[in-house]
This record gives sequence, structure tokens and C-alpha cells, in this order.
Amino acid sequence: MHMADALLSPAVGGAMWLASGAALAVSSRRLREQGDDRLVPLMGVLGAFVFAAQMINFAIPATGSSGHLGGGLLLSILLGPHAALIVIASVLTVQALFFADGGLLALGANIFNLGVLPCFLAYPLVYKPLAGDQASARRVGLAAGTAAVVGLQFGALGVVLQAVASGISSLPFSTFLWLMLPIHLAIGVVEGLATAAIVLFVQRARPDLLGVHGPAASMPGLSPRSLLATLATAAVLMGGALSWFASPQPDGLEWSIARASGHTELAARDDGVHRLMAQAQQRLSFLPGYGFPSAGASESHGDAAWPAVDAGTSLAGLVGGVATLTVVCGLALLLRRRRRRISPE
Amino acid sequence: MSRIDAALGDLRSLEALAARDTALARLDARAKVVATLAFVVTVVSFDRYAVAALLPLAFFPLALAIQGELPAKPLLRKLLLAAPFAVMVGLFNPLLDRAPMLAFGDASVSAGWVSFASILVRFALTVGAALVLVAGTGMNTLCVALTRLGVPQVMTAQLLFLFRYAFVLGAEAARTSTARELRSSGRAMALAAYGPMLGHLLLRAFERAQRIHMAMLARGFDGELRSLRTLRWSTRDTVFVLGWSAFFLLVRLVDLPQWAGRALLGASP
Repeated sequence: MHMADALLSPAVGGAMWLASGAALAVSSRRLREQGDDRLVPLMGVLGAFVFAAQMINFAIPATGSSGHLGGGLLLSILLGPHAALIVIASVLTVQALFFADGGLLALGANIFNLGVLPCFLAYPLVYKPLAGDQASARRVGLAAGTAAVVGLQFGALGVVLQAVASGISSLPFSTFLWLMLPIHLAIGVVEGLATAAIVLFVQRARPDLLGVHGPAASMPGLSPRSLLATLATAAVLMGGALSWFASPQPDGLEWSIARASGHTELAARDDGVHRLMAQAQQRLSFLPGYGFPSAGASESHGDAAWPAVDAGTSLAGLVGGVATLTVVCGLALLLRRRRRRISPE
Repeated sequence: MSRIDAALGDLRSLEALAARDTALARLDARAKVVATLAFVVTVVSFDRYAVAALLPLAFFPLALAIQGELPAKPLLRKLLLAAPFAVMVGLFNPLLDRAPMLAFGDASVSAGWVSFASILVRFALTVGAALVLVAGTGMNTLCVALTRLGVPQVMTAQLLFLFRYAFVLGAEAARTSTARELRSSGRAMALAAYGPMLGHLLLRAFERAQRIHMAMLARGFDGELRSLRTLRWSTRDTVFVLGWSAFFLLVRLVDLPQWAGRALLGASP
């Protein structure tokens, strides 16, 4: 499932871009060093293949619903993880730009969840050991299924962590996780079935594409050292970003308990320095403010506070919002009229 | 029309919009990329309960859409159809977050509904801006701009190839799908048919890549992709980036609607 800009905070979105950007930079450097120029058109065409394949559905046995391919794991099997990451990132970029899937800030998170995790976690750690030399059809099927499920479970965990750390959704961590994991178990099984069906066909029709002479074999393998380095970098980046605001933000569960029981942890600080800092933070903070609708919070940052139950503020917000919309639309209309007048020259 | 045809139609229509000579298209693509990124970061940096404060930002995508003479209807339709994930997750907010937050006379609105509204506004703004960016720039120019902004060429070349061959392979996949549908009297595709069908498409993709590679070699391909498209940065672009950044900063720092509302109601701002 695609993460969306609307659910992300800038810090989490930025951290995910950093992690995905690092993985992409490592992968593209690896490909450049490899210098295999056959890959340029091959990766492009396989990206187009995945793009089209994602829109072809098949019936899921015994359920009456249908599913389709995601592609990260299949690409890793065919191209190796580095090239696969770049291909899947390009597919996600086109989806973000042309189909409004997610958004530009969330693209970093989506590349991480649907690209880095299947390519650098599920493929080398699950698929490769299970599939062995890819000679046995049963082992290939089992490996593809398991790796797809593992990859998507981690992807779902990624979505939940990113959303909860961002603090835009009110869903507490555990509830959200219990919603997402079963759904993604099903999606993972579908992904596994689709991947296995295609890989098994290729194995029968063109075993050379999977075997020692295939494009995957000519790709740089993933050495344990570089795998460890990639995962460690991603973990440090993510951990750093998450812990950075784990402290100011109570975890979702605590937060909803606090809300339910009516206690808030924000106490009013009235001395000058604190108020000044709070004001500056409120105004300049690029983390969404975690100001809760409590009297204390509203005292500490004056009229900048939205979250305060105050009829005057509410009404002013409503009236001002309508006025703003009117002004924005009016300006837009004016601009358009001017443009119309200029254009038929 | 199959899903693939519809998707390819979408790609084509946005590219056609970008191919026209409009004020938006004449801007340097790098300026548009930078301004759009600044816009997205500004939108998501707002407090989770911000709704009215976000509204002035709608001026950015609207103004650009007008500069680019973009039609409203297809873009709005895309916006509505776009991934409902944010909306689904957002819908839990009213259920979980019930503290009253806004009061209008006797009626009150809970914090959850306010943050849900905020998610909807955020979604419309960020996704709208991305659509306007691509409809006013076009994929080829956008990739040149991304390369010039420091994105590795491996990535941008991949994007260009994907975009070029999405039409070719998409059309092939759509024909194959149609042929199967015509022979299966409305039954959904079984997994036993899916593997071979997609497998054949995949093998043809491999062969096509091989032919493309040979054609590229015959034309002197040496591993580097060169573009004749040039970008020219002018004063207009500087003004564009600085102007919009100043606007974003103003909206971020001053709650204009709250201020306007208080002024309109006669209270001291």
C-alpha cells in the first residue's frame, strides 16, 4: 500500500528519503562500476513490464477476489537487488507523478517499503537461501512465496512505523499494526503466487535467464558485507530520525489513554524564557506541533494555538478559512481571465 | 477499455498537456521542481489540526494550473480517484480522537474530525501540486532537470526508458489481455494461465531489450546517454522560486485565515 504525503511529517518523510536515497546511490554506483551497458535498456524495458503487469489481475484461488503483481521480488530475481531497486524506484516515481499515488515526499518512504525491503531484505535473506540454485521448481515456488510474504510484512510494518512516528493519524501503533499485518499477509501471498508463477515459467522456458549465464548472474552479487552496511545505514538513519522525536511525542497508545482519561502531560510554563522558546518552536518547528487541545498548551503559545476549545478562535478560523478560499479562488479567476485575454493574440 | 489502456491514456493526456507552449512550460523545469518540493514540505510541516491555516497554500497549485492553462476536470478526477489510503487511515481519527475542539454556539466539532479534514486538505494540496508539476513540465524535461539537480544518471535514464517503453509494453499487455478475455467468456484469469501469459510478456520484454541494445550500439552508444535538451535559467525563474518561497514562509509563520477571520468579526487580530 502506498504511503501518502498527507500522513507524513517532514522529519519522517525526510528520513525515509535519506534512507532510500542512500540505497539508490549505492545501487547506481554499483551499476556504474559494473559498466554493463546491456542493462540500460533491459532495466528500462523490465520497468515497463512491471508497470503493465501490475494492472493485469488474476483470480485468487478459493476466494473470489483477484490480485496482481507488485514486482520488487521478481525484479531482484531477474536482475539482482541493485538494479531491481532502481527499476522499482522508477516505477514508483511514475506512479507518484502521473497517478497521484502517495506524493513526492512519501516517495522516499514508498521506495523504502516496496523497494529496499524486498530487494535488500527479502531477496538476499529469504529467497536466495531457500531457492538455492533455482533448479527445483518446488523450492523456487516456496522461496518466492515466503520471500514475498516476509517482504510485505516488513513493508506493512514500515508503513505503520512511518505513520505513527509522523503523528498525523490518530491510530495507535498496535491497532494500526493489527489492521495492516493481516491485510498484507494476504497481499504477500498473492505477490508470492504471482512471482512464483512467472519465475517457474521462465525457469521452464528460458532457464538461462535465471541460471549462471543469466543477467542476474552477470550482476554484482550482494556480498554479506555490503548487505550489512546497507541495512546498518538504513537502520541508523531511521533510528536516528525516529528517536529524534520519540521523546517529544508520546507514543500513540499512551496518547489515546491520556486523551480518554482527560490527563495531558503538557503543563503551562509561564516564565519568560520558556514561553519564548515555546513560541519560537511553535512557529518555526518543522515537525507538526504536538500541541494537544489543553488549556496549558493554549496559554503557552497564545493566539497561534489552533488546538484550543475557544468559540472565538473556532469562529474566526471558520470565517477566515472561508474568506481565504474566496480570496484564493477570486485571484485564480482573475489570473485566468487575464490569461484568456492575453492568449488569443 | 481495459485498465492498462486507461492508464496509458492518462500518461498520454498529461504529456500532451505538457507539450503545449504555456507560461508554465516556459519556466525552467528546475525552478518548478524546487518550488514544488518547498511547497510539499511546507504543507506537511503544519500542525495536525491545521485546516484553515493550510488553505492559502491552495493558491500555489491553482496559480500554476492557470499559468499552464491546465483543464480542471481531468486533474480533479485524478485527484478523486487517487489512492484512498490516506482517506481510509484518516477516517479512524474521528473515531479515536473525540475531544471537542471547535465550538460554534452550542455545537462542537471533535478534534478527530478536524484532523481528518486536515488530512484531506493535505492530500489534495500535495497530490495536486505533483500533478500540476508533471502536467506543466513533461517527463523528458523533468528528467533533464533532475539530472542537472544531481540525481544520478542511472536513475533518470531508467525513468526515461520506463516512460518510453511503458507505452509499447503496455499496449502489448493490453492486447494480450483483451485476447484472453475474448476467449474466456468473462471468467477471471486463473493462476495457471497467469504465469504463462505474463511469462511470455516477460520473455518478449527481454528480447526487445536485446534488440534495443543492438540498435543503440549501432548508433554509437557507449554507456552514456546524452540529451540535446538544454535548460536555461533566467531571472524569471529566480523570481518564481524566491517569490513562492516567501509566500510559503509567510503562510507558515502567520495564520492568515485566523487573522482575516478575527479582522472580519471585528475582534482584535
